[in-house]
Amino acid sequence: MTPTTEAELAEVIAAANAPLRIRGGGTRDIGAPVDGADLSTRGLTGVTLYEPGALTLVARAGTPLTEIEELLAGEGQRLAFEPGDLRALLGTKGRSTIGGVIATNASGPRRIQVGAARDFCLGVRFVDGQGRVLKNGGRVMKNVTGYDLVKLMTGSWGTLGMLTEVSLKVLAIPETEATLICDGQSAETAVTSMAAALGSPFDVTGAAQMNGQTTVRLEGLEQSVSYRAKALRDGVLQGFDMVKGAASATLWSDLRDVTPFAGKDGAVWRISVKPSDGPTLVRELGALAPDAIYDWGGGLVWLRVADEGDAGAQMIRDDLSHIGGHATLMRASAETRASVPVFQPEPGPIAALTRGLRAKFDPRGILNPGLMGA
Amino acid sequence: MQMPTPDPAILARKDQIVKRLQSVLPEGAVVHDPIQTRAYECDALTAYKCPPLCAVLPTSTAEVAAVMRICHEESVPVVPRGAGTSLAGGALPTADSVILGVARLNAVLETDYANRIIRVQSGRTNLSVTGAVEEEGFFYAPDPSSQLACAIAGNIAMNSGGAHCLKYGVTTNNLMGVTMVMADGEVLEIGGAHLDAGGLDLLGLICGSEGQLGIVTEATLRILAKPEGARPVLIGFDSNEVAGACVSDIIKSGILPVAIEFMDRPCIRATEAFAGAGYPDCEALLIIEVEGSDAEIDDQLSRIVKIARTHNPVELRESTSAEESAKIWLGRKSAFGAMGQINDYMCLDGTIPVSELPLVLRRIDEMSKEYGLDVGNVFHAGDGNMHPLILFDANKPGDLEKCEAFGADILKLCVEVGGCLTGEHGVGVEKRDLMASQYNQSDLEIQLAVKDVFDPNWLLNPAKVFPLASTETRRAS
Repeated sequence: MTPTTEAELAEVIAAANAPLRIRGGGTRDIGAPVDGADLSTRGLTGVTLYEPGALTLVARAGTPLTEIEELLAGEGQRLAFEPGDLRALLGTKGRSTIGGVIATNASGPRRIQVGAARDFCLGVRFVDGQGRVLKNGGRVMKNVTGYDLVKLMTGSWGTLGMLTEVSLKVLAIPETEATLICDGQSAETAVTSMAAALGSPFDVTGAAQMNGQTTVRLEGLEQSVSYRAKALRDGVLQGFDMVKGAASATLWSDLRDVTPFAGKDGAVWRISVKPSDGPTLVRELGALAPDAIYDWGGGLVWLRVADEGDAGAQMIRDDLSHIGGHATLMRASAETRASVPVFQPEPGPIAALTRGLRAKFDPRGILNPGLMGA
Repeated sequence: MQMPTPDPAILARKDQIVKRLQSVLPEGAVVHDPIQTRAYECDALTAYKCPPLCAVLPTSTAEVAAVMRICHEESVPVVPRGAGTSLAGGALPTADSVILGVARLNAVLETDYANRIIRVQSGRTNLSVTGAVEEEGFFYAPDPSSQLACAIAGNIAMNSGGAHCLKYGVTTNNLMGVTMVMADGEVLEIGGAHLDAGGLDLLGLICGSEGQLGIVTEATLRILAKPEGARPVLIGFDSNEVAGACVSDIIKSGILPVAIEFMDRPCIRATEAFAGAGYPDCEALLIIEVEGSDAEIDDQLSRIVKIARTHNPVELRESTSAEESAKIWLGRKSAFGAMGQINDYMCLDGTIPVSELPLVLRRIDEMSKEYGLDVGNVFHAGDGNMHPLILFDANKPGDLEKCEAFGADILKLCVEVGGCLTGEHGVGVEKRDLMASQYNQSDLEIQLAVKDVFDPNWLLNPAKVFPLASTETRRAS
């Protein structure tokens, strides 16, 4: 089903008597497989408002991400939270939609500096599981009027409601970027280097280790980037080389899209931990023979393991229960995804709140049931 | 201001309730003498006062949990209180409620510079969080004007902002985890030293929920490395429209100042008389601050000045030293005091799309004449968060009511042009009854349903945020 108006969508959901599988562009096919009729946002498209001088954009949920990015680029602006293109990694096709980006809180390397999708979403309109059309937030950057359901809806994967429109804060594309690079650091050393850079006043907008290469990104005005690059290379990042422009940009789009794992088989986990815990966690998971990429200064670990048994779920989550954090199984066979909790299982009292919220937003349990777990 | 009628059964059980609370708290942590409870009768919205049944000042999460269990068993409403600096009446008690103050929960629990976090008890003041890390070159970014006094607990409850949030975001963008005591005394850990949620973003929901979903006792906050330096430029214009256009052009140019502050003529005149900062007598004044090394600051300021010149400013003053910076900020920082010198004032907090600035200022001016009350505007222009200050005389019968009606009209105007009722102060009791102008019944109902999940008996700060009529049946059950 592909409703073309919000009102029509509301009717479809209100009339539904069986589970619905909420679809944007279908590029982020993650979560426990949902058995239900497809309900798509593809008919709800278009940018309804764009004010470059106010850094705000409002678009219907089914608007393709590329369309929004092109429109923004025309005014020298962008979505600063850097949502990734996961098609190659996940083997999906189609066009990512802005609704899908928000519903999955898709955020890239710049998350450590500017924030996640959740931090850039100013308002939402959505239809809940009873077919009610609801709104929260608005299109202004500061808004504390009532509860922040915008954050709740961001990253709820269509389990609380189907987004129909989102308002976003956008930012200017900086004049230039540069990446400081060092090869051959151990993961522990890399995390120490990254922590020093992130703890400096030099506004680092990315810090990662991929393919054995430690990378630290700077963005901004030409003169400022040069100054900060020099300050870091003279200081805490001695021995780092520098690349600029397109060469720098490619490094970060590869990281954002997890390109190194795209052509390789196996299950892929996305794990968020305290940055200094990243390398320790990977070492403790040695029995899984993992292949790791570190983003967010070490706090985001992309882990590739054999897609066998539980794909390491038990080991990973046992570790996380001690150190704190969460792991999402981003890629695995349908069988693995059906048998392993794809999202981090929650402790009892938190799980009870989650269940309670779902029961209010979707009392009949028809929106993407089971996708995020019970 | 209508508040729920106190439950006579609770008032009659005061001694018993106080005794039970005393049994789980250190000596002196239960304030119940009617003279002493007056210290908790209001917050910074001083127009409304009501002493609580009693106030408790626990010193640990376990004590907070014990208090909540008792209040849950006794069905006593609990009004959480940070430092009592709310301008919206967020901590206004009812006579049958227990004030739960977090003032004694003020320890730093952990600082971790490698991971750029600090964990504090929630009663710690905003500025003293920065105080705990500044020797190592770090700071906590959200900077509400009350930062010397206000507590992190209140910042989380109201999702507080500040002058510098254009670049660094507000509380919710800098909050990573909380320890929270639920209405029934259960203790939850949400988030932590890692980023984002593994499931639903409950942390994002809790931040800004005005103490209605739980009592936050500890918080993990993001700390940032202090910039090398910061310097402002002051630009005066002879029209609000032009000043607004200049703000928009600067933002569009790709420069992201840490702050863009705006003052209109009534406010400029008042602060000049009060603080003598040497501001030009003009229609609109911008203070724009940028950060970085000296060279980076020079570069950014020169770009800003270039843009400003295309708008024919009547004054343009670039700071070249710490003294000059202080002088530029002096007037802005004394604006509230200056207005207070003239008369009592009410401070509003509506937010508007930046493009609507000239229209909204013009309408406020017209309404000011209609109501016969003066108003000065000082606000964060970069993000459209306005702070109209309406002057009135609290001793003049009818003036407060007139001022409130004027304020309500301004806030409705903010919503009409695509903005919202409150940008950083919260709804509290002050804007409770205006909620229906921003949200329809379904939009409000889903928020009430969220509270039902966290606090099924509606005991936590129950008379706030939503129109009283809309919550009546829930509070009564």
